[in-house]
Amino acid sequence: MPKITIDGKELEFKQGQTIIQAAADYGIDIPHFCYHPKLSISGNCRICLVEVERMPKLVIACATLASDGMVVHTNSEKTIAARNAVMEFILINHPLDCPICDEAGECKLQDYAYQHSTGESRFVEEKVHKDKRVQLGPHVMFDGERCISCSRCIRFCDEIAKDSELTFVQRGDRVTITTFPGEQLDNPYSMNVVDICPVGALTNSDFRFKARVWDMSLTNSICTGCSRGCNIEIWVRNNEILRLTPRHNEEVNSYWMCDHGRLNTFKFVNASDRIDCPQLRLNGSLKKVEWDEAFSFLSNKLKQFSKNEIAVIGSAYSTCEDNYIVSKFAKNTLGTYNVDFIRHIDPSFADDILRTEDLTPNSRGAELVGVFPEKNGLDLNGIVRSIKDGKIKALYLIEDDILSFDPILEEYLKKLELFVIHTSNYNRSCDYADVILPAATYAEKNGTFVNIQGRVQRIRPAVATTELDRSLDGMSLSRLDKFGTSFDRWAQGKKYDAKSTWKILTNLSSYFGQKYKYQSSEDVFMDITRNISEFNGLDYESIGLLGKELSFDKVKI
Amino acid sequence: MTQINNSLKKRKKDLTFWQRIYIPEIIKGLSLTMKNMLRPKFTMEYPEEKFIPPASYRGRPVLVMERSGDERCVACGLCSRVCPALAIEVQAAETEREKERYPEKFEINMLRCIFCGLCEEVCPEEAIVMSKDYELAFTNRDDAIYGKDKLLVPVDQLQDRIEFLRKYK
Ligand code: SF4
Ligand code: SF4
Ligand code: SF4
Ligand code: SF4
Ligand code: FES
Repeated sequence: MPKITIDGKELEFKQGQTIIQAAADYGIDIPHFCYHPKLSISGNCRICLVEVERMPKLVIACATLASDGMVVHTNSEKTIAARNAVMEFILINHPLDCPICDEAGECKLQDYAYQHSTGESRFVEEKVHKDKRVQLGPHVMFDGERCISCSRCIRFCDEIAKDSELTFVQRGDRVTITTFPGEQLDNPYSMNVVDICPVGALTNSDFRFKARVWDMSLTNSICTGCSRGCNIEIWVRNNEILRLTPRHNEEVNSYWMCDHGRLNTFKFVNASDRIDCPQLRLNGSLKKVEWDEAFSFLSNKLKQFSKNEIAVIGSAYSTCEDNYIVSKFAKNTLGTYNVDFIRHIDPSFADDILRTEDLTPNSRGAELVGVFPEKNGLDLNGIVRSIKDGKIKALYLIEDDILSFDPILEEYLKKLELFVIHTSNYNRSCDYADVILPAATYAEKNGTFVNIQGRVQRIRPAVATTELDRSLDGMSLSRLDKFGTSFDRWAQGKKYDAKSTWKILTNLSSYFGQKYKYQSSEDVFMDITRNISEFNGLDYESIGLLGKELSFDKVKI
Repeated sequence: MTQINNSLKKRKKDLTFWQRIYIPEIIKGLSLTMKNMLRPKFTMEYPEEKFIPPASYRGRPVLVMERSGDERCVACGLCSRVCPALAIEVQAAETEREKERYPEKFEINMLRCIFCGLCEEVCPEEAIVMSKDYELAFTNRDDAIYGKDKLLVPVDQLQDRIEFLRKYK
């Protein structure tokens, strides 16, 4: 293998790598603005200048191919001087906007100004003024003065979103970004430009001015928008989710996520229609009750039906752990094999980048852990048909809206003798429910999802419920979470009285005289790994941050 | 124990005749009292009479209100970040004005504030300054949380401090 020497260290590299890539493989970070590992090289910011022995001038590390025997200095006097000069040059026309800029705290220019600049400006003339607050598309705001013309956003649209919408116009210090005539920055992946913009020139309109980044906690999780299961970070302040950002996972979503996932999969967690405690329908109207009362009412009711009169519908929105217990509860506790879940398929959502036609995060997982009919049990269509025929008298629905599957069911739901629903938010099915149990959302529990590639990935609680304590339960803590008391208004974020479905069902099972010994979702998962061959040998730790492929090659017996 | 007794004995022995008869000592003490009674006073008849502190004084932090009636603050949150007592809560929002953002909510918990002045020091806009107000008394926790209504003070009333800051900060 060819070798390159960077700062005195001799490193092997792959033919065709540039200096910056060869260095990055060994954790050596050469400053860069315009270079992005997933975009073409444009080499226009010049911050990556390095000294290469026997080359007359400094070269840019992002566009210079590494070659055998090359000797590179990334911190020599000459390199540092050049870097200072480039920083000074970029800062000439950069406004002093940090106090009003959403990027502050996660801005490459800010960081580099600390690390690689002299901290003094010799420029006393008037800075060039450009348009500020330009809405480039429905979700992205542009500030011309802050742009450092790195062209990352242009290249992203051309190369990743495959929808050329942005371009440079003008020259010299007047150069700026704009959309092509008649176009908007509105491709389904448009908001990724906010993440890759090294400065605050492109910002998220939805998150605009909501919070400073240093006041939020972030939790590694998985997007629930479709079955791709993009890896994300959930940003929370005062127990409220304020934004989602993609997290790098080369096997799944690389550095990206789609706008639908980013915008539409978290607001329900703090929405006003959250179900906050168990509710029973007594004499036609819903009444709020304690969990115990709900459980004893529900278990008494359920015991009145014969096995064939009950159907259980699991959920592709909830975790493998939840669905595993759903299937156990149905088949062992209730004794019914009428078990299935609702598939939410929309072919128009799919594309050949990330989005898939399955709009749920865990349909493969639900199926794998046993949410399917067995021994002549009814599948979903069968269940719906039998509800209409009146053969199914009790329906147990987990985290879904059955009316979204078949709106005509409405009048038949009224005829059900018992309709139980676990849900986090109010949905139309609730209007017909006899028992509503508040389910924790994906942002309030531990668990796993299996994505379209058959990769099992973990979600973690980012928002506390009444039974979760941020520090005792190992959730991530922001500075404010660490020091807030119940007297601080900024630490009184709403906590909902909701539980994971697996926990609700194990509690309910005890009213049927069945004891499950699970203490945590991890216990449930360990049980899955012992009983379901595809999961053999896995545990939460080995799934880690990036997930693990399930083993499908094993023959199922 | 023996040591203490010894020293006590010793001390007794040390007293001179004049000290032992005590009267001159009383006269000495009273003359000091008399002298101070005639000197200029440092105490005040508070609250009838009020102490007006110098510009360097750090009373409760207040927000500068421009002559237009708008706050100077751009809700950058730096004061909230630097505050060692976590006394400040700022929520930004968008405004049509040129500076783009303003504090929709700005609250200082006066029970947390330790009057360190770091908020004033860090503010990039000279929007929060330490005032001369030291009269802070509350009967419950909620009253101690000052919102914009109590925090905003016209810039003209704060000139003293602002000039001090420009000179020494
Ligand atoms: S808007 Fe941001 S990403 Fe686009 S060219 Fe300017 S600095 Fe680069
Ligand atoms: S592609 Fe799917 S999983 Fe990824 S962000 Fe979009 S909705 Fe979420
Ligand atoms: S004076 Fe100090 S303690 Fe009081 S609000 Fe300002 S920074 Fe916080
Ligand atoms: S530091 Fe100044 S401008 Fe920033 S939020 Fe505090 S008072 Fe407002
Ligand atoms: S990173 Fe090399 S020129 Fe911009």
